Amino acid sequence: LVFTEEDKYNRYSSLLFKYFLAEGVVCGHDLFVASAKEHPEKILKELPAPLLDDTCRNELGEAATSVKSEDFQDSMKIAWRYQNLPKMEASPTTSTKFGHYYDVSKTMSPELFQSVKWHSFYLHEESSSQSKMKSCNMNSAYARLLHSIQKIIYQEGFDGSDPQKKQKNILRIGIQSLGSVLWGEDICSSDTPEDIHSLTKFLYVLRGLLRKSLSACIITVPAHLIQNKAIMERVTNLSDTVVGLESFIGSERETNPLYKDYHGLVHVRQIPRLNSLICDISDTKDLAFRLKRKLFTIE
Amino acid sequence: QGKFTLLRDTRTDGSFLVHHFLSFYLRAGCKVCFVALLQSFSHYNIVAQKLGVSLTAAKERGQLVFLEGLKSCLDLMFGEEEEQPGQPSPLQFISESASNLKALFDFVRTSLTPEGSDSWKSPVLLVDDLGVLLSLGARPVAVLDFIHYCRVVVCSQLKGNVVVLVHSNEDSEDEENELVVNSMCHHSDLILWVEGLATGFCKDVHGQIKIIQRLSLELTGEQDRVQIYQYKIQDKNVTFFARGLSAAVL
Repeated sequence: LVFTEEDKYNRYSSLLFKYFLAEGVVCGHDLFVASAKEHPEKILKELPAPLLDDTCRNELGEAATSVKSEDFQDSMKIAWRYQNLPKMEASPTTSTKFGHYYDVSKTMSPELFQSVKWHSFYLHEESSSQSKMKSCNMNSAYARLLHSIQKIIYQEGFDGSDPQKKQKNILRIGIQSLGSVLWGEDICSSDTPEDIHSLTKFLYVLRGLLRKSLSACIITVPAHLIQNKAIMERVTNLSDTVVGLESFIGSERETNPLYKDYHGLVHVRQIPRLNSLICDISDTKDLAFRLKRKLFTIE
Repeated sequence: QGKFTLLRDTRTDGSFLVHHFLSFYLRAGCKVCFVALLQSFSHYNIVAQKLGVSLTAAKERGQLVFLEGLKSCLDLMFGEEEEQPGQPSPLQFISESASNLKALFDFVRTSLTPEGSDSWKSPVLLVDDLGVLLSLGARPVAVLDFIHYCRVVVCSQLKGNVVVLVHSNEDSEDEENELVVNSMCHHSDLILWVEGLATGFCKDVHGQIKIIQRLSLELTGEQDRVQIYQYKIQDKNVTFFARGLSAAVL
């Protein structure tokens, strides 16, 4: 469960969100996109085009962000993948190559996209007539989303419920701007919200679904709008990986000469320690990102 | 025996202590009830195997009662209505507006009360981690009540031990969590407090552990005894050493 704190204008986090989905397309995974803001179809039409040509990659010559997939050890029970930011070697031609590179200035071709099976949840188009649905006292939009995700996981066999299923595949779930007002929440608009438990309950159930199926999920949240910091602490505990993007737009850092080549900072707030006593801590902890014409880079 | 141990972490992940106590008590032949709220059974099993214990085998021989919180919650949310009419879910409080943890307590009590044929040594309750209950809607008072009742049954009546993990951050704004953590500290016999180094991340020293023996609770006029060590976590082991004496430095 990858939790991303959005940068102020959601410019860069939505890019990261699209990278996650684009990698899913290139790897042939199924996708599930949920949003209360933009129609998922529109999001999927804006995925970056992959750089599938080797010469193209060498030309660009700098470390490009790539969304990585890791081998999963235990396929039925745990079955999840987590997104790792790249190690800090400068050249992209390292021996362990994960994932793919993308050209941000082009959108993915419809032909490439057609081969992929995708599902969506657009809050405003979902019927609200599910009165019999259990919600565990949760905000109804979240409950509906969870039921929708669970249905796909079960029907498409991502939880191993269909042993006849030909080939096991991964479901990549992307949920945009969770916790925002558009989901019927008031944690972003009030410092004494009425219901502080819906978001954490949602994450807990989602975590359970991910652990029980071959799926991985990225969520973006407008963390800077959430007044109640206790919620953010709890949300961090319930997530596996937590990354925060801080853009320099409109902040005093914009004019700081130290940051002149970059557009913002990447804060890796938490990394998972799963199936092991140890975890994969990278040596470099101070990361910044920049968006050039073709590449989004983290250094 | 009859002790309450609090595992506490700040700025770092103290779950290695949970793995330790789990395999420790199983190897010692105790009956263990593990309320595992944050991770799946698989995760604990894989680590336990590295530490030389099979959780699957322990479950099969009736030595380990494992409550997989994530799974219970899924059953609650997506399960059929007539699941088990006589047996409420231990995590029932999530879907009720009255947040009392009685169902969870009943589960613990039933799991650890010895049956005639049992030959296990004293029972142990292990909880990872308590803060999740707050995230799921339980009020702090309900959580403290739950722990209190568990202590009465497990420590006093059954002469067993209780080990609980909590997270705490300095400058935390989570008042409910701070309330629970502080209250638990006051009532613990032993506190193992794991902290990330103040100087930041270091490859050879992952953190510091403060071992606090609450001798002051025994009303003999003694002060709490505090010992501090540093540690490094490895794949199958954790090494402890006196401060400043990590192998990398010597």
